[in-house]
Amino acid sequence: MTAQRTYIAIWLALLVLTGITWGVSYLDLGLGNAAAALAIASLKAALVALYFMHLRNEGRLVWAFALFPLGFLALIIFGTLSDTLFR
Amino acid sequence: MTDHATDTSPADRGYLTDKGFRSWALTLDHKRIGVLYLFTTLFFFLVGGVIALLMRLELLTPGPSLMNDHTYNVLFTLHGAIMIFLFIIPGIPSGLGNFFIPLLIGARDVAFPRLNLLSYWVFIGGIVVILASLVSPMDTGWTFYTPYSAKTGAAVATLSFGIFLVGMSSILTGLNFIVTTHRLRAPGLTWMRLPLFIWGMYATSIIQVLATPVVGITFLLLAAERLFGVGFFDPAKGGDPLLFQHFFWFYSHPVVYVMILPAMGIISEVIPVFSRKAIFGYRAIAYSSLAIAFIGFLVWGHHMFVSGMSPVAGVIFSFLTFFVAVPTGVKVFNWIATLYRGSITFESPMLYALTFIFLFIIGGLTGPFLGALATNVHLHDTYFVVAHFHYTMMGGTVMGLFAGLHYWFPKMTGRMLNETVAKLAWAVTFVGFNATFFVMFIMGYHGMPRRYAEYLPKYHADNVFATAGSWILAVGVAIMFANFVWGMLRGEKAGANPWRGLTLEWQTPSPPPTENFEEIPTVTDWPYGYGKKVVCR
Repeated sequence: MTAQRTYIAIWLALLVLTGITWGVSYLDLGLGNAAAALAIASLKAALVALYFMHLRNEGRLVWAFALFPLGFLALIIFGTLSDTLFR
Repeated sequence: MTDHATDTSPADRGYLTDKGFRSWALTLDHKRIGVLYLFTTLFFFLVGGVIALLMRLELLTPGPSLMNDHTYNVLFTLHGAIMIFLFIIPGIPSGLGNFFIPLLIGARDVAFPRLNLLSYWVFIGGIVVILASLVSPMDTGWTFYTPYSAKTGAAVATLSFGIFLVGMSSILTGLNFIVTTHRLRAPGLTWMRLPLFIWGMYATSIIQVLATPVVGITFLLLAAERLFGVGFFDPAKGGDPLLFQHFFWFYSHPVVYVMILPAMGIISEVIPVFSRKAIFGYRAIAYSSLAIAFIGFLVWGHHMFVSGMSPVAGVIFSFLTFFVAVPTGVKVFNWIATLYRGSITFESPMLYALTFIFLFIIGGLTGPFLGALATNVHLHDTYFVVAHFHYTMMGGTVMGLFAGLHYWFPKMTGRMLNETVAKLAWAVTFVGFNATFFVMFIMGYHGMPRRYAEYLPKYHADNVFATAGSWILAVGVAIMFANFVWGMLRGEKAGANPWRGLTLEWQTPSPPPTENFEEIPTVTDWPYGYGKKVVCR
């Protein structure tokens, strides 16, 4: 029962965050709009991974495999920026 | 050395006992799926090879002869795309990997047999889509560079969707192998006792899982740009054509290690068996596989030195590129140190393994000329690149695959190849390969550009030489395949362990039964202890 309650809470949180994304898009924050949208999206992804995909209860190895690709995402962004920023 | 079994009861045929289309198409046995992959990929190797022969024929004379320029563009695109996506990437990992990973770690199957079958059929689906793209064949080269690929009338979206599917299959296979290696090792088979082929495949699988999604998404972006006019790569719409190259090479550079690491794993298996000596520097070879996989992700920019990338990025990528040489050198030196004072015998797998080292060194030593910024500007998009690429990929990976096919042929089919014919095929292939590709270094150094159907008359003699070589090479490969067919049907019975190897796959009958082992073996030592004991069943 408590497990189901958690899932519903997370689901509601995701809905609220979606609402916030929508709301923020109406504010004029300049570059901040993109930053806010990305931050909220990351938070939502983290919630899904931790609770719906049970990452929270997994061992270190699974955590390592889950976090590794994030490092690679950073790598491709960094590598591409080293080109575009200095062109 | 060979056991002469006289019994021909059905049980003798192991996993090959069942017959019929359904028993193959719906099989969950990793060995059968491996065989399906091998037949499929080797078929496309032959297709790609025939296309290469046609191209070389066109290049026999400086002017137009066999075909028009558009046809030539289509052919080199097809040659590249078929060889890369349908043969060399899936060849060793999905073919030999599927067959031998469970056998080498003492497991009954891979971790997810159904996913394995799915990945094969997704692969076939990808091939069907790629064939469908032939209605208006691609002429962009296998790299699909924008802006041309966004504008040409050819079926870019179809072909890239096909390759997207092939990539999906590759991800599923990699995922399966990672879980298999972690979860299904036999009791006592610690990480430091794993056969080196498994280490190579493990590093390969990590690359497949991490890099392939990037190219899949890139092709989706390209399709979105073509079909819906979204501006990812078109500067007029706020896009960046170089972004495509960044994304493309973020996958396609690491993927050369998907091609070469399994081949290096095969070489690490073959060399100790045929020199009857413990492999030198086991840990260093194992860790260097992981190091190559990791550094492979840092060097994609060296494909873009003359594309208009920023000088800062150029310097960074050139610097990082040189690091890949370190773990690669570790492997080569360790193989040579293993050979040192071994009791070397020259059966066909060993001949191919030594050829791998020889050709791969030539391919490797010509790498720094292309990895260094200054010389790259001179050599970029010349035949030097073609030669370097074929020495590493064909001289390396394909020779590694041939070594593996000859080495494991008895295990897969229960029969031996004709050793004399195998050696003849090897000799012809070796001569043909070098005749075809070595001269390309010289052509490229003199400035002959790649991807052109016509060329200046001063390159004529070199091209005649290379074309002649390509036919010698084709004859060698034809003899080898004829030997495979003969061996499958008529070869002498092999027995469980014709090469007296110590790895686990030799501890079960040839061909192995569906469940691989009657009893899961317990491992007490690493598989390369040739100096200490002689195991002969």
